[in-house]
Amino acid sequence: MKRIDLHLLGPLVALVGLFILGALLNPAFLAPANLSNVLARSAFIGLIAVGMTFVITQGGLDLSVGSMAAFLAGITIMAMNALAPFTGENWGTILIGMGVAMAGGVLAGFVNGALITRARIEAFIVTLGTMGIFRSLVTWLADGGTLSLDSGLRTLYRPVYFSGIGWITWPIIVFAIVAILGEWTMRHTRFGRHVEAIGSNDRVARYSAVDVERVRLMTYVLLGALVGLATILYVPRLGSASGSTGVLWELEAIAAVIIGGTALKGGRGRVWGTVVGVLILSLIDNILNLADLVSPYLNGAIQGVIIVLAVVLQREKRSAE
Amino acid sequence: MTPVLALDKVTKSFGPVEVLHGIDLALSAGEVHALIGENGAGKSTIMKILGGFLTPTSGQVLLDGHPAPFRSGPEAEAAGIVVIHQEFNLAPDLSVAANIFLGREISRGVRLDHTAMRAAAAELLDRLGTAIRPEARIRDLSVPDRQMVEIAKALSRKARVLIMDEPSAALTHREVDALYAQVDRLRAEGVALMFCSHRLDEVARLADRITVLRDGAVVRRALRGELTDDGMATAMVGRELRDIFPPKDTPAGEELLRVEGLSVPGAVQVGNVSLTLHRGEVLGIAGLVGSGRTELAEAIAGLRPSSGTISVRGQPTAIRHARDAAAAGIAYLTEDRKEAGLLLDKPLTENLTLAALDRFGFRIDRARERQAMADATRDFDIRAASTAMPAGALSGGNQQKLLLAKTMLTEPEIILIDEPTRGIDIGTKQQIYNFVRALARAGKGVIVISSELPEVMGLSDRVLVMRQGSLAGEVKGARITEENIVRLAMGLGREAEPA
Ligand SMILES: Nc1ncnc2c1ncn2[C@@H]1O[C@H](COP(=O)(O)OP(=O)(O)OP(=O)(O)O)[C@@H](O)[C@H]1O
Ligand SMILES: [Mg+2]
Repeated sequence: MKRIDLHLLGPLVALVGLFILGALLNPAFLAPANLSNVLARSAFIGLIAVGMTFVITQGGLDLSVGSMAAFLAGITIMAMNALAPFTGENWGTILIGMGVAMAGGVLAGFVNGALITRARIEAFIVTLGTMGIFRSLVTWLADGGTLSLDSGLRTLYRPVYFSGIGWITWPIIVFAIVAILGEWTMRHTRFGRHVEAIGSNDRVARYSAVDVERVRLMTYVLLGALVGLATILYVPRLGSASGSTGVLWELEAIAAVIIGGTALKGGRGRVWGTVVGVLILSLIDNILNLADLVSPYLNGAIQGVIIVLAVVLQREKRSAE
Repeated sequence: MTPVLALDKVTKSFGPVEVLHGIDLALSAGEVHALIGENGAGKSTIMKILGGFLTPTSGQVLLDGHPAPFRSGPEAEAAGIVVIHQEFNLAPDLSVAANIFLGREISRGVRLDHTAMRAAAAELLDRLGTAIRPEARIRDLSVPDRQMVEIAKALSRKARVLIMDEPSAALTHREVDALYAQVDRLRAEGVALMFCSHRLDEVARLADRITVLRDGAVVRRALRGELTDDGMATAMVGRELRDIFPPKDTPAGEELLRVEGLSVPGAVQVGNVSLTLHRGEVLGIAGLVGSGRTELAEAIAGLRPSSGTISVRGQPTAIRHARDAAAAGIAYLTEDRKEAGLLLDKPLTENLTLAALDRFGFRIDRARERQAMADATRDFDIRAASTAMPAGALSGGNQQKLLLAKTMLTEPEIILIDEPTRGIDIGTKQQIYNFVRALARAGKGVIVISSELPEVMGLSDRVLVMRQGSLAGEVKGARITEENIVRLAMGLGREAEPA
């Protein structure tokens, strides 16, 4: 048991190490403004990665989330801009925009999930397809340029990203709540148990009267909803969306899930591990930017090494058992 | 004569738990050695040590009298020691021929010689008297057929020592005969054989030498003829066993289940089967492998698409999914515990409660789960070092008990049990038989599918015999005899006249 615990703590130890390293390299690292910024930026990937944890744990995969976020941001902005002349530049309009993002996310997740579970197409293929579709749709809607939120609305909406309780901004709060709920759902509910059981052996789950297809579908819908939520928090940050919004988010989310100790082949999900994974990835980014030890251009390389290392550690854990 | 392979004061510990305590054991050329003992006694562990898959914690393995510290299975196999494991080791997506020659593919230059491998596989399978096609995929085979492929694979490795962990547990009597013939042939060729089995008649039939194991220590050694079946059972369990089948004392009550004209499409087709099951009744289903028994049961349990009508407690009930069946109080205990029964990498408790999670609240009540696990451990006598260990680390028989406990946790009224005592020791068998009768006594209906004729006969109030996907006949009461069942199963017309 001791050894397993040590492995579970591995990512956490790495996170603490990074934190100390950051503080040593540059005192500015510990400034609330910096930490707030790091956490708020990790909230987007973090929300998506929590949903991705469920999808990967049941043995699935979703490559479309980055494009989906861009597409949702695009239609949210368009919807608000189109409504503003009728409903006015007020919170009502923004709430409708948020509704569009959520509904769009749920629908997109449902489409992914339905194609995978009902039409029985491989998750990799389906989401590779929808990844291209969402990306191309948002580029088309923006006509190759940028969709921008009208300035009145933008001013009104801005605080959703930039303010909060003290330096703890809304994205951080939302991320924390979702992470806690996600961990709770995975650990303590029937749904979480079923997700793990399906990823471990879907035939056993089916023979145990688990509604395998429905649970699988629900994980994609959940992920879609969380992408919608991430979009709601993302739009006020820049107030715009384009064909290059959310590029590579899917890979960052998957990487965070893996670093956190969730098995890529499914069956074992660790939501809190995912949170740690997300934080590790964004801390590396931040530290490289603050300290001029290594060029920030090497960020990708360092993240790559960390991902491979995490998987090697996972495998050693399994063979030690 | 020095034994070919021997164990010298071998102990084995998993973590802090020592499961083998100073085992001495010898296998000689041209001799069949049986290892018997209760579930968890350590039989598989001994076999894995002999085959190089586990290393002893202390003591040594001797090959031809010399220490042979094998570090892996393939290393032992290179020395001529071949093991058929209790759990299947076949690649499900490869063909039968590819599996048989896995790691020793026949090739011409760099190109695999598929024709030669298929031909050689066909010959091996033919020798075993099976109709398995060499190009079939393992995934599509029934459990007994997979076992036959395992045996064919082992036979293809020119072994000096052949070790078989419960080779017959998954076979029906026809295949068992083919297996026995092969054992006799190998013995005559001077191969040293070891097997373990919970079928004591089989031990008496095959073994030249018997070693009885209890709780990781040898408690009795005997030569052929020195121990009766009862003697073996007593030595294994440490107490005397009598009347292993409970009396058939529960009268059939109201009708619980009625199946009419059920047909199941698929590789093994079931056509137009009708049956009824009453409260208080144990209904046996006998038949050869491939006669459609499992397919029938899985269709009733909503695990296979089927046509026909199923009525539960008099109500026609549409059963399209396993959850429809569960809602109607029907539970099915699979014969394929490794692939369809248990999550081998998950702890015992999570396995136990998986099918009945809705009984543990929206927020899963861990305390009640632990209580359920404690109850199951007691009621089903599950022997485990800890409930946190993965189900895959349980001995085979204890996995079966866990599966039974898991199925019963849903409190079904109609219970279909496919091979209830596969890999279970005789003492526990008796517990399970009593348990089945207790279910009947509690007003439930039980359908038992079994390839062990004594079991079907001893347990059932009524026996249906299946042959080639349809019902060949029914026998009940005093007419439940081996001869009647076998005649029906083989298609030798109606049952014989009562004597
Ligand atoms: N990998 C493992 N980790 C922990 N305990 C183990 C492991 N493998 C076996 N054991 C324990 O060792 C004991 C002996 O197991 P073994 O599989 O040898 O029993 P067996 O005699 O083959 O039983 P069965 O008739 O049920 O197959 C059991 O108590 C089992 O739980
Ligand atoms: Mg065993």
